[in-house]
Amino acid sequence: MDPVTALLVTVVTAATPLLFAAVGELVVERSGVLNLGVEGMMLAGAVTGFAVTLTTGSGTIGIIAAAFAGAAMALVFGFLTLTLLANQVATGLALTIFGVGLSALVGSGFVGTPLPRLPRLDLPGLTDLPVVGPLLFGHDVLVYMAVLLTLAVAWFLARSRAGMILRAVGENHEAAHGLGYPVIRIRYFAVLFGGLSAGLGGAFLSLAYTPMWIEQMTAGRGWIALALVVFAAWRPLRVLVGAYLFGGVTILQLHAQGMGLFAVPSQVLSMLPYLATIVVLVVISVGPWKGRLQAPACLGRPFHPTH
Amino acid sequence: MLRLEPRAAISRKMRWLTPLLAVALTVLTGAVLFAAMGYDPIQSLRAFFVDPLTSRYGLAELGVKATPLILIATGLAVGFRAGVWNIGAEGQLTLGALAGGSVALLFWDQEGWWILPLMGIAGVIGGMAWAAIPAFLKARFDVNEILVSLMLTYVGLLLLSALIYGPLKSPEGFGFPESRMFSESAVLPGLLEGTRLHLGAAITALVVLVVWFLMTRTLFGFQVTVIGQAPAAARFAGFSQKAMIWTSLLLGGGLAGLAGLFEVAGPIGQIVPTISPGYGFTAIIVAFLGRLHPFGIVLAGLLVALSYLGGENAQITVGMPQAVTGVFQGMLLFFLLAADVLVRYRLRFGSPASSPRAARS
Repeated sequence: MDPVTALLVTVVTAATPLLFAAVGELVVERSGVLNLGVEGMMLAGAVTGFAVTLTTGSGTIGIIAAAFAGAAMALVFGFLTLTLLANQVATGLALTIFGVGLSALVGSGFVGTPLPRLPRLDLPGLTDLPVVGPLLFGHDVLVYMAVLLTLAVAWFLARSRAGMILRAVGENHEAAHGLGYPVIRIRYFAVLFGGLSAGLGGAFLSLAYTPMWIEQMTAGRGWIALALVVFAAWRPLRVLVGAYLFGGVTILQLHAQGMGLFAVPSQVLSMLPYLATIVVLVVISVGPWKGRLQAPACLGRPFHPTH
Repeated sequence: MLRLEPRAAISRKMRWLTPLLAVALTVLTGAVLFAAMGYDPIQSLRAFFVDPLTSRYGLAELGVKATPLILIATGLAVGFRAGVWNIGAEGQLTLGALAGGSVALLFWDQEGWWILPLMGIAGVIGGMAWAAIPAFLKARFDVNEILVSLMLTYVGLLLLSALIYGPLKSPEGFGFPESRMFSESAVLPGLLEGTRLHLGAAITALVVLVVWFLMTRTLFGFQVTVIGQAPAAARFAGFSQKAMIWTSLLLGGGLAGLAGLFEVAGPIGQIVPTISPGYGFTAIIVAFLGRLHPFGIVLAGLLVALSYLGGENAQITVGMPQAVTGVFQGMLLFFLLAADVLVRYRLRFGSPASSPRAARS
């Protein structure tokens, strides 16, 4: 594999956890809920995926367990914000603080234990193609799952009836409720999907990206995922592009640091995803497209049927 | 099924009872958690919540940890009351520490009474400058301040990292990413011999009093409440939403910046790559736990500071991972937010209709 291809392959792996977490959060936000606990749910997924894979010896069971762990965290968030109408910002932050602590607690026995990396799906012949081979083929199953999941979400939101109802709930929960849609139940499903997806993102980190458990190994990716959703103006396909773009920046920054490529400190490059998000936030708030690219109208607003 | 029935008026009794309920539930769950992890629950709880408070030094440390939490939360609470969601205090703290600390490093070989006040002003301005970005974007373009202030936190932490590995690195530091130690004149005087309690704690107490006065005895406090609870009424009364965005973000940012300065000029004494163990985020818990009231925040700040101390102590005495602190803080806020529902609603079990089956269809 030539160095450039190798570099591009690492971009794919850097993008995958972001994609999982962001596409999950996108669905949550499109339903009108802001869950700032992505980082916590990812960590729960990472530590659970690792622990279960280690004890059962099966990566598949580990991945499923990670998804459930993320969903379990999301359920706590959902119960507090949807059933008990707690403040979403505060609950999301608590979820992250809790997730960081709990995962470190659960994982304290696993620090330093190595785990075999998730198997790559080798397709004889295809993987050996120059450039395209290693780039498109020969990744582990989670890389493809992330892309497929995003495409499925894109189809679901744009084309399916359930997806349109979910969007309606996010845009105007009063009206959706008036039409007889179960607002709270739909939001529960969205929040659980967000947790599931974040859990998978975490599992990718601890099973494939660096197959071991390290405290706070998500290293802020949950927050980048939140940024990514805004960056993508709440559109799944743009999340796909954005995740690979942000992944690329991460890798670029790592390599620039190693080679002394740029005159600027590596930290400045690391700032780019965050700064880009702020710029996008401003752009979608000022331009003539304002309104078309806006956040779901009910984002972060609690809903309590008054009758 | 569980059902919520809105109360006619907010229950004042519940408002102050729920934090106590949340603390009790956290301690209880903590005991179960300790037992599940194979530790003696009574001994662990003692190590966590009691032992740190049994010495003079421990009590002073409580003050050291509570100072930034209370200072930041007091500022944030004003914004939260007005519906301005500044959750980037961690970044504002970092910028305050950088700005104020840079003043100390600029005059590192000089002595003088004027250095500390100058650092204080620089710290406040640093925090305010960082908070001014979301304030400007929110007031001018209606950009979501939650996301902007959050993103800027990461930018701020990276900025600290870039500077401490670069221009702020001590020339005599053998390449370690640390600044010079601050000079005698740039370090906050201690309040209690033999402990780390510093002047910042006293200033924080003063700030709490001032903010309490502002919030309860002035038109400003009234405006904050009206804008937060009845934006339409506030517009009708001619209260400026934009002015409130600016004021609350600058206040929150300024106090967070001051808290950051107190850290580098107090317990730390130099600029290091990690200035705060997440005080800016934890302060949000403190603000809620303290019911967004300055005096409530003092109590909440002391309690949450205890969770930091307890975590450290439990690690030393019972060998528990320090991560327990985060679990406790998270649980505390979960229970508080859950219990909060009692303030605004009555819990009712069963459906209003005669049969639950009929109600569901």
